[in-house]
Amino acid sequence: MTGTSQGEQLPTVFPPDGTGTAEERVRARDALLDVRDLRVSFPGRGWRAPRVEVLDGVSLRIRPGETLGLVGESGSGKSTIGRAILGLAPVAGGTITFDGERVDNASRRRRRALSRDVQVVFQDPYTSLNPSLLIGDTLAEPLLAQGVSAREARGTVADLLDRVALPRDTVHRLPREFSGGQRQRVAIARALAVSPRLIVCDEPVSALDLTTQRTVMDLLTDIQERTGVAYLFVSHDLSVVRAVSHRVAVIHRGAIVESGEADMITRRPGHPYTRRLLLSAPVADPDRQRERRAEYERRFHAGAS
Amino acid sequence: MTSFILRRAASGLLLLLVISALSYVLLSIPNADVGRQLLGPHAAQELVDARNSALGLDQPVAVRYLDWLSSALRGDLGTSWFTNADVAQAMGNRLPVTLSLMVGVTVVTAVASFVLGAWAGVRRGAVDRAVQVIGVVGYALPGFLVMLVIVLVFGVQLRWFPAIGYVPLSESFSGWLSTVTLPILSLSVAAIAGVSQQVRSSIIEVMGRDYVRTLRARGLPASRVVFRHVLRNAATPALTVLGMQFVGLLGGAVLVEQIFGLPGIGAMTVQYTTRGDVPVIMGLVMMTVVVVIVINLFVDILVGWLNPKARTS
Amino acid sequence: MSAPVAASTAPRRSGTARRFLTNPQAMLSLLVLMVIAGLVVFAPLITQHSPTTAELRNAFGPPGGGHLLGFDSAGRDVWARLLYGGRNTLGGAALAVAVALVIGVPSGLAAGYHGGWFDSLASWWVNMIMALPAMVVLLASRAVLGPTVWVLMVVLGVLVAPSFFRLVRGTVAGMRGELYVDAARVFGLRDSRIIARHVLAVVRAPIIIQVALVAGMAIGLQAGLEFLGIGSGSLPTWGAMLNEAFTNIHREPLLMLWPGLALGVTSAALVLLASALRDVLEDRGTAPATGRRARRAAAVPPTERDGVGERADLLSVRDLAVAYTLADGTSTEVVHGVDLDVRRGEVLGLVGQSGSGKTQTAFSVLGLLPEGGRVSRGSVLLDGTEVVGAAERTLRGLRGDTVAYVPQEPMSNLDPAFTVGDHLTEPLRTKLGLSRAQARERALDLLQQVEIPDPARVMASYPHQISGGMAQRVLIAGAVSCDPDLLIADEPTTALDVTVQAEVLALLRRLQAERGMGVLLVTHNLGVVADLCDRVAVMREGGIVEVGATADLLTSPRDPYTRELLDAVLDDAPARAPWRPREVGTR
Repeated sequence: MTGTSQGEQLPTVFPPDGTGTAEERVRARDALLDVRDLRVSFPGRGWRAPRVEVLDGVSLRIRPGETLGLVGESGSGKSTIGRAILGLAPVAGGTITFDGERVDNASRRRRRALSRDVQVVFQDPYTSLNPSLLIGDTLAEPLLAQGVSAREARGTVADLLDRVALPRDTVHRLPREFSGGQRQRVAIARALAVSPRLIVCDEPVSALDLTTQRTVMDLLTDIQERTGVAYLFVSHDLSVVRAVSHRVAVIHRGAIVESGEADMITRRPGHPYTRRLLLSAPVADPDRQRERRAEYERRFHAGAS
Repeated sequence: MTSFILRRAASGLLLLLVISALSYVLLSIPNADVGRQLLGPHAAQELVDARNSALGLDQPVAVRYLDWLSSALRGDLGTSWFTNADVAQAMGNRLPVTLSLMVGVTVVTAVASFVLGAWAGVRRGAVDRAVQVIGVVGYALPGFLVMLVIVLVFGVQLRWFPAIGYVPLSESFSGWLSTVTLPILSLSVAAIAGVSQQVRSSIIEVMGRDYVRTLRARGLPASRVVFRHVLRNAATPALTVLGMQFVGLLGGAVLVEQIFGLPGIGAMTVQYTTRGDVPVIMGLVMMTVVVVIVINLFVDILVGWLNPKARTS
Repeated sequence: MSAPVAASTAPRRSGTARRFLTNPQAMLSLLVLMVIAGLVVFAPLITQHSPTTAELRNAFGPPGGGHLLGFDSAGRDVWARLLYGGRNTLGGAALAVAVALVIGVPSGLAAGYHGGWFDSLASWWVNMIMALPAMVVLLASRAVLGPTVWVLMVVLGVLVAPSFFRLVRGTVAGMRGELYVDAARVFGLRDSRIIARHVLAVVRAPIIIQVALVAGMAIGLQAGLEFLGIGSGSLPTWGAMLNEAFTNIHREPLLMLWPGLALGVTSAALVLLASALRDVLEDRGTAPATGRRARRAAAVPPTERDGVGERADLLSVRDLAVAYTLADGTSTEVVHGVDLDVRRGEVLGLVGQSGSGKTQTAFSVLGLLPEGGRVSRGSVLLDGTEVVGAAERTLRGLRGDTVAYVPQEPMSNLDPAFTVGDHLTEPLRTKLGLSRAQARERALDLLQQVEIPDPARVMASYPHQISGGMAQRVLIAGAVSCDPDLLIADEPTTALDVTVQAEVLALLRRLQAERGMGVLLVTHNLGVVADLCDRVAVMREGGIVEVGATADLLTSPRDPYTRELLDAVLDDAPARAPWRPREVGTR
């Protein structure tokens, strides 16, 4: 594995759709996950309605141990990217390559094998755990699916609970006995069970209270430092994405409008949409918020009453 | 809305076609020797064969069905094998009896269920518990047992109403009313139990919706919110259940007409099906399916009218 | 998945079993059913009389001489016929239920889980079967299949299979969208395993309940068939007994009692068992999600509070407590002695995490707590009028023109059956007595004020036809339509996208300034507070921990909890440093 400094000087590989921004800095052979020109569409509602294009040629790359933050508003298609990578959304065009191997439209058998490497943490900790299964059974599920013996799985489950700082007697309880933050810890532990190389985190902290949000983010970062797992971190909240991601991609109406290093994107946004996202979120300081508000009005509301 | 109705009507016609074909083929399996059945065991074989071929029974099933279908499309449902009566005419004579029964039950059920269900759902407390008990009891007792008890009590013991017989509406209104009261009552008990539960639970559900709170926060009187907003939104599931009850009534009519001696479609069904009179059974099945399709279409239109989302998407 | 990894699932199962054993309705109906089943199964041991031996000289004979219930019209022993008849009646019903289960459950699982063409086809068939009256089809089948009760029961099973199909399909189709099923797919579980493990666990309870209901229905239908005399003539069944008794109704009405009773008691017991099972098996929600709502008072005295000194003129809350009555009859307090003041033209932010009681406080001011909730003590003065304990008429007078409400979820707060125009004009007409035309004009004006382009078109739209941001503007227009003095906004921008949030905040600020409204803004977002509020109150576990001017409180919080909240804000958190490749071999 070579350094980025070297990569920056090399001729860059532009994403095929020509929207290439900072994405070109990640060379194809460095990438653990390489998504190129991904298209996803769903059937329209109603008889003979045209198909709805959800993703219109999205390209992104994630290196081992890297977090790519994907930020966008509802309906932008940000969750669909994650679902397509996981095989939960149909790929209509483009390619998804994981560790050098095409995985879009992989066979079910191949998909099962792939689940050892690619895992998921969903947004809603209330519906992502089966309410009638004990936490222990939920955590053992991915292990047993990989053919691990029940005995061995039990040991791993105890170890997983330690890693997400939950007490060991958690295994005998039902999800409803836990708060949102604790459930999200369980979901993270479940994703870690098979030591994956990439975890798709789909709005993992959006349903949580402010203080809980922070601890879960810290937990994710901490796990990454120790295990070298890569994250695709999907969120609508730019401040969350900025704090957990090495690089940030901004998605708007099914296309990535801008991507680059987190600090860069949030300090000197290039695209007007990114700027709008940044200025829209109010900050918890009345004076600074007044300035931001004025800037927002100046930029986006010049003609309004 | 128009395209919605047309689509439903088209799927209804398809249903009619499929059921007619299916019933015809199934009904044709056992009647190997209808001629022999009609003419008795001692008739000469030639006569039996002649009779069978007169009835078209020497033809393959597919041919017979297409024959039946083409005349049915022209409004001719054929004649009974056993009585030679014209099927369409015989059903036409009996239909008013059954229909008046079903309409009566539906009106009684709709009114009683909405009053009881709304009362229980809005006021809760003791009324609510009473309606729930009625619901469980009404559901727990088999329908025809209720009918028998009603005959026994009001017809045989108290003699308030005639236990048996029918007076057509065209002859005397009071006579008609006195003969249909008990049948309508017996059929309504179970229907009210079912529909009022649905009204109650959907009203309770709608009362808990966010927009009810918001409407009240605007300063609208609670009664106005209930009558204008809650009832309207709660009516949709209740109407669907009412429609299903109506379909169930076609089955209930068979029993009630038998018990109360009413000359309706239900009694006819029992009479002819036991003999395997295919033209009559086909006529009855077709009529039943038509009634069901019309009812479902009617419910769909009502729901679409009440609920713009169902109408526009 | 034969070996659960969690050491045992015993605690959960025994919980269900205990609930079942302590439910009197469940135990009683089960006992009744077991007694009936026992009598029927061991009929030959219980009576030595034959159900079919007819001795005409005994016709209508009274009980006596070992004949427990006397004789019927043909001189047969009624008790023996009742016992043996039960075998056929109950056996037939059991057969029908078994057939319905075998057909309905697997097809429902497949249709619900996979969807697609099988689902369409199966659902079409099911709708067709359900559209047919069972009794008529049974009569027609009898013409085809002959008068064999067992064959007819198989047909009945086919006819009632849709009730299982629809139940299972509906439940499973609902689950297909659940994230935990998606998660299981990502973990590489086979579909068969997902169904066995996740799906069956969920549909098991509803199926058990449905079995009891369908069994009751099957018994009723079967007895009805026999009553019509078109079952198998010779076999004793309860329905046939009723038929025979009915023809002699004028001579010996008592003969109807025994089979009628047997039938009524059996199906009543089944339905009661079903309703008890529903209580027992579906009782999942009684334990409240922990952490969602604090149960006990936080005995933390506020560092600074409203409530000292005189009460504000617009809204003044003193020592407000809100309690909820739980399902078991006990009561739990969720708001414990809150003091708040909003002056005319002032914007007060009420901040806290989920479950802190801020929304409950807001609802108390409107007098619109959800069912089961009540103000258990304290005082709420709204423009000089006491709200706590006030008559509905007084409250109605205040709502709309003194106090108005903007909710969190725009979509669920508009009645789907009415147009946007109806929503706006209705309060104007009932509250202000405007004519239809005046109200319409005013509504158009309001929509313009909330910056909706093309107000005439939006007026005629139904809620599902407009976007969430638009719907929130409509709700704001509705809230200010009768010129309220106080606006209660409960997380008015939380459900919106951030760019829409910025516009709605700007709108709220403008309306507040133009109209000089007081605003009680409930939110969890400190940025929103900084943007809009003059003063802030911080709530935690049902109590207020700190009140102060926005700038002071956000820059120099006094209470440790406020500090904790501010520390969690990510505005100034550093962006993550760029990625560096890991040392080779660390993984």
